[in-house]
Amino acid sequence: MKEMTEIRWHGRGGQGAKTAALLLADAALGSGKYVQAFPEYGPERMGAPVASFDRISSKPILLHSAVTNPDVVLVLDPTLIESVDITEGVLDDGIVIINTEKSPADIRKELNITGKIKVYTVDASKISKETIGRDIPNTPLLGALLKVTGMLDFKETIEDTRKKLEKKFKSKPEVIDGNIKAIERAYNEVKS
Amino acid sequence: MATKKIEKPGWKTLPEGDLIIGGGTAKDFHTGGWRSMRPIHIPEKCVSCMTCWAYCPDSAVLVKDGKVVGFNLDFCKGCGICAYECPVKGKAIKMVSEKEAKAQEKK
Amino acid sequence: MAKSNILARTGNEAMAEAMRQINPDVVAAYPITPATEIVQIFASYVADGLVDTEFVPVESEHSAMSACIGSAAAGGRTMTGTSSQGLALMAEMLYIAAGLRLPIVLADVNRALSSPINIHCDHSDTMMVKEAGWIQIFSENAQEAYDNMVQAVKIAEKARIPVVVTTDGFIISHGMERIEILDDKDVKDFVGQYKPENYLLNLDKPITVGALDFTDYYFEHKRQQIEAIKDSMPVILDVGKEFGNKSGRSYGFFEKYKLDDADCAIVVMGSTAGTTKVVVDNLRAKGLKVGLLKPRVFRPFPKAELADALKNLKAIAVMDRSDSGNAQEGPLCLEIKAALYDANLSKALLNYIYGLGGRDIKIEEIEKIYTDLGEAIKGSKKPKITYIGVRE
Repeated sequence: MKEMTEIRWHGRGGQGAKTAALLLADAALGSGKYVQAFPEYGPERMGAPVASFDRISSKPILLHSAVTNPDVVLVLDPTLIESVDITEGVLDDGIVIINTEKSPADIRKELNITGKIKVYTVDASKISKETIGRDIPNTPLLGALLKVTGMLDFKETIEDTRKKLEKKFKSKPEVIDGNIKAIERAYNEVKS
Repeated sequence: MATKKIEKPGWKTLPEGDLIIGGGTAKDFHTGGWRSMRPIHIPEKCVSCMTCWAYCPDSAVLVKDGKVVGFNLDFCKGCGICAYECPVKGKAIKMVSEKEAKAQEKK
Repeated sequence: MAKSNILARTGNEAMAEAMRQINPDVVAAYPITPATEIVQIFASYVADGLVDTEFVPVESEHSAMSACIGSAAAGGRTMTGTSSQGLALMAEMLYIAAGLRLPIVLADVNRALSSPINIHCDHSDTMMVKEAGWIQIFSENAQEAYDNMVQAVKIAEKARIPVVVTTDGFIISHGMERIEILDDKDVKDFVGQYKPENYLLNLDKPITVGALDFTDYYFEHKRQQIEAIKDSMPVILDVGKEFGNKSGRSYGFFEKYKLDDADCAIVVMGSTAGTTKVVVDNLRAKGLKVGLLKPRVFRPFPKAELADALKNLKAIAVMDRSDSGNAQEGPLCLEIKAALYDANLSKALLNYIYGLGGRDIKIEEIEKIYTDLGEAIKGSKKPKITYIGVRE
């Protein structure tokens, strides 16, 4: 693992790409990392392609420029891959994780990815519908990210996330369990 | 009658922040010097209805024991609203030229 | 430091958190991107009863600063937040707040001024009011934004000069970072209780505020103000040191990063200073003697101290995130130049205008500046002003 990991999230306005970046940063902070999370602000509207970013490091992060060469790219909406170049700037040994029911091989063919970039898929929409009851793919994608990168301790992160959710959703235990289950399932179901 | 000449403080002793410390400081700033017309009170006609007292924008109408007795010329600007509003027939206040009034005083 | 004091917060959240702990008497504000969240979050603290503040929602930034002036003159500890066009609309009242010597604290999220309309970071808004008589403090990141807000209250009240604390729009205001905050009690103790000497609500000691000054008084009042700004310099240093004792994070007029043995250095304010530190580390690893000087306090301008810190360098690049409209260098470069002149230091001094309207500034671009400096030291002639990252 490198000292600093740079991550880019692709989603559509209103889908939770910014929230996903903040969630990850918060989780990473919980395990003693230094973090940065920031959205890309363009002309915002519901449904328009948007991006957000994370930097996770074992040392203080001083860098304040944009993330142009991410180590990991996560895609919340599979239809985005038709209109957005999701592999733009991704490092040679980079990782792409896509929310889709398709296999990594299919995606690789579709996007014409030939290099060493590793492609993973997970049906995060299906998982979130079955566990949380709504199509909120960002939470399960977090699970997939943990599995693929190993950047954070899985058990620790789950516990930390549970604590944070318990604070936020005191009166709704089903939301807490649903979110935790979503992360766990995606962790186990992500395909390479 | 004119405002007393005061020594103006330098920047080191002036209260900071454009402040004037203490209340009622306007009393020391006599605005009567601006006057070109002067009100003259005619006690024989005055019924002390207090209309002039109520209207005077400078609170310059002097009242003693419930009766109008004249004007505080340190603050009267000579606007004439007292004479204009005086309800007495033939008016109990008349406005005269300040210059003439001053000349009269000297005699 | 207890773990609960380590938080992931955006710059705006960090500033709002500082405001919660300061618990001012009055906050009067009007929303504007990218500063909206500061007062929006603070308004929720008011609604939730976490602070005792009177929150005054107003119809414009001009009114926001007007209400702040009224509140501060009445004797209340007063804060607000704004950005860009909002700061421009406040400009008239900013001068009045400073002239009346009211210790208001303003959080300004640096954003480009229209036109063209833009919501992203540059320093043109803060630079526009650099002559307004406010102390101006720039923050590199969310941590400094928090620290500077806490210090600003104390600086303003001790120096009796209003203070603006800035962060870089979106880059810091909306970027979440790891910050360490003080305990509520520590902040409360640090800022103490505000005890103005004269204030309108003191019925035992009536005062007139803002009386008309003609030719016979205006100059004396301005002369006092000029002196007060000079006198604020030791105050800023004292407060920075005292804050350091409390938090472990001391502050001065500027930060030197690997500067003392450097041959050449960049002078840059705000978030770009962080990126520049990364470049300095990279180049140092290659054996190049490069450094950085990050001004934190832009008003007052610590001329002698800056000249002293820069005196051993062979070449200097000043990065300006705004233009000064004078067909010459940017505002920071001009001031650095003046500082060097007074110290009889004649050096290769290059100016780089960058990042206008939020244009990203990359590691490679900053590396190129150090390359330019290296060549300038060897005698190669470089343009005095370079516009970096703009399409030709």
